[in-house]
Amino acid sequence: MGVEGIGARVVRKEDKRFITGKGRYVDDIKLLGMTHAHFIRSPHAHAKVKKIDSSAALKMPGVVAVLTGQELVDDKVGNLICGWAITSKDGSPMKMGAWPAMAPETVRFVGQAVAVVIADSKNLARDAAEAVVVDYEELPVVADVHAAIKAGAPQLHPEAPGNQVYDWVIGDEAATDAAFAKAANVVKMDLTNNRLAPNPMEPRSAVADYDAAEEHYTLYTTSQNPHVARLVLSAFYNIAPEHKLRVIAPDVGGGFGSKIYIYPEEMVALWASKKTGRPVKWTSDRTEAFLTDAHGRDHVTHAEMAFDANNKITGLKVKTYANFGAYMSLFSSAVPTYLYATLLSGQYNIPQIHAEVIGVYTNTTPVDAYRGAGRPEASYLVERMMETAARQLKVDPAQLRRSNFITQFPHQTPVIMAYDTGDFNASLDAAMKAIDYAGFPARKAQAKAQGKLRGIGVSCYIEACGIAPSKAVGSLGAGVGLWESAEVRVNPVGTIEILTGSHSHGQGHETTFCQLVAERLGVPISQVSIVHGDTDKVQFGMGTYGSRSAAVGLTAILKAMEKMEAKAKKIAAHALEASEADIVIENGEFKVTGTDKAIALPMVALAAYTAHNLPDGMEPGLKESAFYDPSNFTFPAGTYICELEVDAGTGKTSFVNFVAADDFGRLINPMIVEGQVHGGLVQGIGQALLEHAIYDANGQPVTASFMDYAMPRADDVPSFNLSHTTTLCPGNPLGIKGCGEAGAIGASAAVINAITDAIGKNNLEMPATPDRVWRTIHAA
Amino acid sequence: MSTVKLTVNGKAVAVEVEDRTLLVHLLRDHLNLTGTHVGCDTSQCGACVVHLDGRAVKSCTMLAGQADGASVTTIEGIAKGDELHPMQAAFRDNHGLQCGYCTPGMIMSAIDIVQRHGGQLDEGTVRQELEGNICRCTGYHNIVKAVLDAAGRMKVSQAAE
Repeated sequence: MGVEGIGARVVRKEDKRFITGKGRYVDDIKLLGMTHAHFIRSPHAHAKVKKIDSSAALKMPGVVAVLTGQELVDDKVGNLICGWAITSKDGSPMKMGAWPAMAPETVRFVGQAVAVVIADSKNLARDAAEAVVVDYEELPVVADVHAAIKAGAPQLHPEAPGNQVYDWVIGDEAATDAAFAKAANVVKMDLTNNRLAPNPMEPRSAVADYDAAEEHYTLYTTSQNPHVARLVLSAFYNIAPEHKLRVIAPDVGGGFGSKIYIYPEEMVALWASKKTGRPVKWTSDRTEAFLTDAHGRDHVTHAEMAFDANNKITGLKVKTYANFGAYMSLFSSAVPTYLYATLLSGQYNIPQIHAEVIGVYTNTTPVDAYRGAGRPEASYLVERMMETAARQLKVDPAQLRRSNFITQFPHQTPVIMAYDTGDFNASLDAAMKAIDYAGFPARKAQAKAQGKLRGIGVSCYIEACGIAPSKAVGSLGAGVGLWESAEVRVNPVGTIEILTGSHSHGQGHETTFCQLVAERLGVPISQVSIVHGDTDKVQFGMGTYGSRSAAVGLTAILKAMEKMEAKAKKIAAHALEASEADIVIENGEFKVTGTDKAIALPMVALAAYTAHNLPDGMEPGLKESAFYDPSNFTFPAGTYICELEVDAGTGKTSFVNFVAADDFGRLINPMIVEGQVHGGLVQGIGQALLEHAIYDANGQPVTASFMDYAMPRADDVPSFNLSHTTTLCPGNPLGIKGCGEAGAIGASAAVINAITDAIGKNNLEMPATPDRVWRTIHAA
Repeated sequence: MSTVKLTVNGKAVAVEVEDRTLLVHLLRDHLNLTGTHVGCDTSQCGACVVHLDGRAVKSCTMLAGQADGASVTTIEGIAKGDELHPMQAAFRDNHGLQCGYCTPGMIMSAIDIVQRHGGQLDEGTVRQELEGNICRCTGYHNIVKAVLDAAGRMKVSQAAE
C-alpha cells in the first residue's frame, strides 16, 4: 500500500469545493431566460379531477404557461414505468396501474401533480398556482394495507383487482410445512417495518433546456444514475431519442435510493421546456419531497421460525404485505421480493424457507428502494426472530445465533442466494469483545441499582450487494443489466482521466477511484481525475445504488486499467528495446525488471500520441474502456451490538455504547468506509427510534415536514465503535463486498432488541418513541 | 421592491429585492453566493446558516430587509485566500462531510459554537449545540470529531494572532 494506494486513509479530493461553498448542485444552475415551474398538487388522497380552470392564472404577470395532464396525454408522453417484472404464484404478471406524470383524470395520493405553472420567477409561479382552480370529486380512500385488502375496499386501479400488485412466493412450501410439523419449538411474531422518508438533504431539482434548432434537450438533474434516466426518458416517456438528450447529474446532495427514479417533475420540466421554448427549473421544497420522493419500507409481516430440540433452526415461514403506495415506482416490485425474501436466511443455516409477499396499492406516496431496500426489512425480521427465540428458548441470544451460523462456504440458501464467503463467528466475536458482552450482567445490575433499565441487543446482518450479475437478475425479471462501465484515458502529458458510469453523491468516488490508479501506477492522485455524471462525457453506465460502486464500478475501472497497462507495456518495451514480459510498473515508471532501464509514464503516453515510433501495427493513443458484469452478488455481513438505558419514568432511551464489526472484504479507503457505516447506522437508529412517515385514515400525510418527521439529530445518536473483520470476496478481483448500506440494514434490530431486553417485554414496534416505550413498559 | 444595503463577506452591496425575499434568496439568487443552501421550508435543517454581525442565523428565517445595514459572512467568506478556516480544514481532515449539502451550514454553525463556548467544548455540548443542523450522510460521528478538533485549532490560531 502506497500513501495514496489501496487501504490508505486518503483525505477526500472533492472536499475543497464543498467546504468552501463551491459545490455545484442543480439548484445552483441558472440559464439565460430560465423560467420556474411550480406544480399544482392534489390535496386529496383519492379523487376525480373534474375541471382545471387556469384562466385567472394565465392573466397574471410573468406567467408563461399552465400545463395539465391532459396535454401530456395529447402530446403522447408516456406513463411512468416499473422496470422489474414480477410474476404472481398463479402465473399472472404483476398488475401495474397507469401512472401519468400529471393526472388527467384521477389522483391517487396527496401531492400527486395535476398541473404545472411556468413563470418568470419562482414566486410568480407560486402566486399563479394559487389562482388555478381545480375541481375535484373526492373518492373513498385506503390509507394502509389493512384497509386496502379488506373485501369491498375502495379500488385504486382498474388493472389491479383487490388493490393487489402481486402475490409472489419463494421457497418450498411443502418442505417448510413438513419442517414445522416436526419442530420441537415454534416462535411466532407479528412485525411492522415502519414507512420512512429518505430525505437526502438536497431536495430534488431539475433544470431542463430545449434547443429548438438542434431538437436537443439537456437535463440537469439530481440523479444517482443519469444514463438510466436518459434511457427511461427516451425509451418509455418518448421525450427524445437518446442522442438528442443529455442528462447531467452534477454535485448531488445525497440519494439513499430516492434519486434512482425518474420522477414526473423531471419529465414534465423537459416537456415544458419544449412547449414554452425556454429553460425550465423546478426545485422541490421539503414538503414536496415528503409528498413525492419514493418512500421506503412499510411492511406488515407474520413470521414463524421452527427449531429442533437442539435449538437448531429447521424452517422459516414468512407472510408479508408490502405497501406500494398509489403507483409502482421504477424498481418497487423487486424490493419486497428479490431484495427482501432472498435474504431471509440471514447468517443462519435454515434448511427450509417459504415466503409469500403480497404487494398492495394504497392511497399514499409510492414506495421504492431506500438505503438497504428490502434487506433492512429481512434483517430486522430475522434478527428480531432470533432474539425472540432466544428469550422463548431461554438461551443466550449470541449463543443461539452462533450455534446456527453458516460456517461452510459456498453456502446455497433455500432462497436463491449462494453466499460465497464469510466468517460470522469472527464478526460476532469482535463485536462481543468490543462491547464487553461478558461484563454486561454486572453493568445491568449496577444500572438497576441506579433506577435505570439497561439492555443489550445483538444484530447479525447479511446483505447482498454488488448488484448484480445481469444474467441472474434478467432471469428474475429485471428490465436492465446491472454491469458497470469505465474508461481510462491517459493524456499525452501523462495525466489520467477515469470516466465512470458510477455516480458519487457523497460516497467519495473522486478519491477512492483515484486510489486504485495510484496503487497500480504509483502516480500521485493529484494526476488523476474522475469524470462522472454526464451522458455526453461518459459512455453508458448503470449508476450508483445497492452498494455497487466499489465492487462493480471500481472493478470496471480495474479492467480498463489492465487493458491500458498492457498496451503501455508494449510501448515501453518497444522504446526500451526490451521484452514486454520484463516490464514492470513502479512509481509512475515502466521499468525493465532487474535493470536500471526505465521510461516514465508521461513519455510512454507521449509516444502513444505522437505515434512516431510505435510497435508495428499498433494504433496510436492510450485509452481503453471496459464493461464489467459481476459473476455473483457480494455478501457483506457483520454484527452490531447496542447497549442502552431506558428511563422507566419517561420511556426515553439513552445509548451507552454501540459497536459494529463489519466484513466488507477489501477496504479501499477505511476513512470513507467508516463514514458510510456511521451514516448507515444513524439511518437504522432513526428507523428504530424516531422516523415514521404517517398517514391518517383519509390518506393525509401528517409528517410532511421536518417539524413533524423526526430526523435523527446529533444529540439523538451516539458515537460509534467500529471494527472490521475480513474475508475477501472471491467474486471480484479486488475482493470488495460493498459498505454503503450495512449500517441501515443491521442497526434497527440491535436497537429494538436492546430496548426490549431492557424493559423485559418483547413486543415493541418501531419507531420506539418514548411514548410507545413508556406505554409498553406500563401495559398490563 | 426595496433596496437592501448590507456588507457581504466584507464587500458593501446594494440589492433591489421584492419585500418578501428571504435573506437566503438574496444571497443565492441575487449575489450568486450558492454555497448557502436551502434544505427545508421550516427552519429546521440549518443548511442555510450564515453569520449576521458575527452571530449564526438561519438565513431562511429572516427577510432580506431585516439584514439591512448588517454584515453577513457566508461559507464563501471564511477562508483567507487559499488558507482554509480551521473549521473548514477540520471538516476535511476528519471526513466530516459526504455529499456536502449540509456542510456550509454545519461549518458556519460550528464556528459560532466554538466562539461561544471557547475551549470548554465536549462531545455532549457539541451534539446538543448542533441540534439545529441536520445531516443525513455522516451520522454526525465525524462532524462532532471535526468540531472538537477545530476548537483546538481555533484556540491555537487565536493565540497566534
